[in-house]
Amino acid sequence: MIARVLPQPILTLVLAGVWLLLVNDVSAGNIVLGLVIGFAVPQVTGRYWPDGGMPRHPLRLAAYGAIVLWDIVVSNIEVARLVLFRRSEGLASRFVTIPLELRSAEAIAILAATITMTPGTVSADLSADGTSLLVHCLDAEDPDAVAAQIKERYERRLKEIFE
Amino acid sequence: MALVAEALAAALIVLGAFFLFVGSFGLAKLPDMMRRLHAPTKATTLGIGFTLIASMVWFGGVAGDPSFHELMITLFLFLTAPVTAQMISKAHILRSAQTQAELPPTGGDAAWATLPRDRTGEDKAG
Repeated sequence: MIARVLPQPILTLVLAGVWLLLVNDVSAGNIVLGLVIGFAVPQVTGRYWPDGGMPRHPLRLAAYGAIVLWDIVVSNIEVARLVLFRRSEGLASRFVTIPLELRSAEAIAILAATITMTPGTVSADLSADGTSLLVHCLDAEDPDAVAAQIKERYERRLKEIFE
Repeated sequence: MALVAEALAAALIVLGAFFLFVGSFGLAKLPDMMRRLHAPTKATTLGIGFTLIASMVWFGGVAGDPSFHELMITLFLFLTAPVTAQMISKAHILRSAQTQAELPPTGGDAAWATLPRDRTGEDKAG
């Protein structure tokens, strides 16, 4: 019963929070309106999330977000250094295949977005059966090290959160 | 207090402008499509992030009218930038035979999702 009325309780809370931030005003009326939106949207979009798509450990997802935010700052300093002080011809740019252990579509989407936002890598494509990710590296002498680092730092954590 | 906030906002704007500049400069300087994707996806996002934090600091500390819209803009940017980058690179892979030849094998049975079934990276390399 509860699962039918509230298929994704976390999404409901997130939508209500986003609504309050969008209107920039915390009042009783807006909290009610935000909760109504948070209740209605999962009803409409639920069919696109057949597995629920919700993290099993929301708090660990927040910790993951903090790690990624830190890595974004570090990666920017790194990319700025490469762009400003290295000759383009000297960059060892290449494609790298990352074999995936993750199976949840939502987790793979977050991993792909994380890879794009972090040090010197852009996720370019997914294999048709969803078992490996194509990543383009701006400057990678050792492709295996890049794959190992992504798997250790991000994929392992996402696996704990979603599976 | 207002002076501190103003100085902080000014510093953040300069920092944001620096990263925005690096993003645009990288876009112009790097030699090919895939490498050019790196600069705007990262540097520009962080540059706009710093600018938005500066906006929050200024409106909260100087104008006395706290605003949280900037958090939403940052969130939407972080959601959209990777999707855009991936769509651009998929379009590039589909249109460039040279890039298709450079792709590593998937390591599984299926080809890369962008390519038609009979044109895997392995076939091209062999």
